[in-house]
Amino acid sequence: MAVVEPIRPSSDALLKNTAPKKPANMGQIIRWTVLFLGGVLMVMPIAYMISTSLKWPHEVYNVNLIPDEPTIENYTYVLEDGRFYLWFVNSIIIATITTICNLLFDSLVGYTLCKFRFPGRYIIFIAILSTLMIPTEMLVIPWYLMSQQFGWLDSYWGIMFPGLMTAFGTFLMKQFFETVPDDFIEAARIDGLNELQIWWTVAMPLVKPALAALAIFVFLGNWTAFIWPLIVTNSVEMYTLPVGLSSFGDEADVAWELIMTGAAISTIPTLVVFLIFQRFIIRGVVMAGLKG
Amino acid sequence: MATLTLRDLVKAYGKVEVLHGINLDVGDGEFVVFVGPSGCGKSTTLRMIAGLEEVTGGTIEIGGRVVNNLEPKERDIAMVFQNYAIYPHMSVRKNIGFGLRTAKMSKADKEARIDEVAGILDMTALLDRKPNQLSGGQRQRVAIGRAMVRDPAVFLFDEPLSNLDAQLRTQMRLEIKKLHQRVGNTIVFVTHDQVEAMTMADRIVIMKDGHIQQVGTPSDVYHSPANTFVARFIGAPSMNMLPATAKDGTVQLDNGFGVPMASTDGPVTVGVRPDDLGLGDGVPIIAGRVTVREPLGPETLIYVDTGAGGEVIAKADGRTPPEVGAEVTLRAAPENLHLFDAKTGLAI
Repeated sequence: MAVVEPIRPSSDALLKNTAPKKPANMGQIIRWTVLFLGGVLMVMPIAYMISTSLKWPHEVYNVNLIPDEPTIENYTYVLEDGRFYLWFVNSIIIATITTICNLLFDSLVGYTLCKFRFPGRYIIFIAILSTLMIPTEMLVIPWYLMSQQFGWLDSYWGIMFPGLMTAFGTFLMKQFFETVPDDFIEAARIDGLNELQIWWTVAMPLVKPALAALAIFVFLGNWTAFIWPLIVTNSVEMYTLPVGLSSFGDEADVAWELIMTGAAISTIPTLVVFLIFQRFIIRGVVMAGLKG
Repeated sequence: MATLTLRDLVKAYGKVEVLHGINLDVGDGEFVVFVGPSGCGKSTTLRMIAGLEEVTGGTIEIGGRVVNNLEPKERDIAMVFQNYAIYPHMSVRKNIGFGLRTAKMSKADKEARIDEVAGILDMTALLDRKPNQLSGGQRQRVAIGRAMVRDPAVFLFDEPLSNLDAQLRTQMRLEIKKLHQRVGNTIVFVTHDQVEAMTMADRIVIMKDGHIQQVGTPSDVYHSPANTFVARFIGAPSMNMLPATAKDGTVQLDNGFGVPMASTDGPVTVGVRPDDLGLGDGVPIIAGRVTVREPLGPETLIYVDTGAGGEVIAKADGRTPPEVGAEVTLRAAPENLHLFDAKTGLAI
């Protein structure tokens, strides 16, 4: 009796995608074009920053992206300049402490406004939110007067105090704490934890994605802050990196190649912070899409 | 283990009173189930016992001690929540041991207690898993384990089975009942499912609109309902209610049938459960046309149109039920009929 072999596709056929490719439609072409242009717009300043940092002073004003005579002389100069390290450390200290304070204070206030019922809760929340509408330029005068009165000028505390807690952070954390079921809080209450323990042990681990996002925002905001550190500091030793970099040069000549070199180096910590915290954000998004 | 006593318990939100003076005594080791429709106040009562809601009036006593002003942690209670409330960032071991964080025990004793509870709940192999690696039933067991580990005086369960599918719910129902028989703690269990209440409870507390309607054993509330609400709420399908008038030892149904029954004269409501209403023996009380059949295997539910928009449910034989459209006369034994005052709804 003849055995009929089933017809099997060859391994080559299985490997190849034999389905005819659909031609891209006009909508897709427009979307790709817009995305491409957007990508170029985002990347170009960074590319020019790195390009300029590799140029000699005489070539700085040429718009060519690839330097004619690339050099790492600017990096050597900046890294050998003791002031750069000082500013770098100042910025690291200020951005790190401010970030930690924001994570603690914003989440404490956000948690309180979200999970406790007390008279005036809504008014306090609105008052905090309303400060978002006041531009920094208006606030620097009272900040300066405060710093002057309390003797905080030209100090870390003077630079940091306005940003130790933010309305945006409080709002962000409050909204995220809304997603933590009250049952979790009440279960912990029944199990005997006090309110501070509940906040730290139960609520905080459940809002890690928000904490990560807030950490990135606050760190970047303080790392790149310019106006307030410029106003409140007097001595070169207290400069932060952006203030210090702007001092490369004088009225007659601005050393753009050095500024761009310093700027390029200063992006490294922000990249590190982003790489550390982005996985929490991504994980948070993934978790939010799962049932139960 | 402990007794639980509610005395004139009142709860109000502003001017709106939602609990109107609840009185209840729960015995040591008793399994009491609060049941009622949404908004009846059963969960509010439980949360007040737990200390999660303030008491507006009256007292709550646990083990003879008034606990109105005590924090939840000081009441010696443990609660299992509807959505389990197990922490997703902690392992099963940490979740179960969470209730011992503030206990004055050595670490070794705590670990031993966690292992003991995990053993009772058959979860030893799952101790290192995270909640998202567990099934719904396993998560529920973790929640129960977290309550058990503290060995509280009173267990409080707030609709813990309502998130489970039907099969798992039946299984967990049995497990909780076995657990109660094993550990013997006092349990207050809240549900809106009367089947859960009937199958698990030593006594059932039926609530409506912030009032207790009846407290009794499952048999009591099923066979001797205090009023029409309890009669219709307990039992599935619901009890059929027929308007009638009692006079001179006879209850004359509005549909024309009469049944000799002792009752005070006046308008009454006659209640008859579908289980007690059929095509077999008894006195005829309803005539009508079959509109729908629901085969259940050994028996078939038949929906009978009694005219003027009235409909009753009865049981027929599973093998030879009447056809849809057939005219039938339904009968019941007089001792299986329940009489209620037509105005107050109270049992006569």
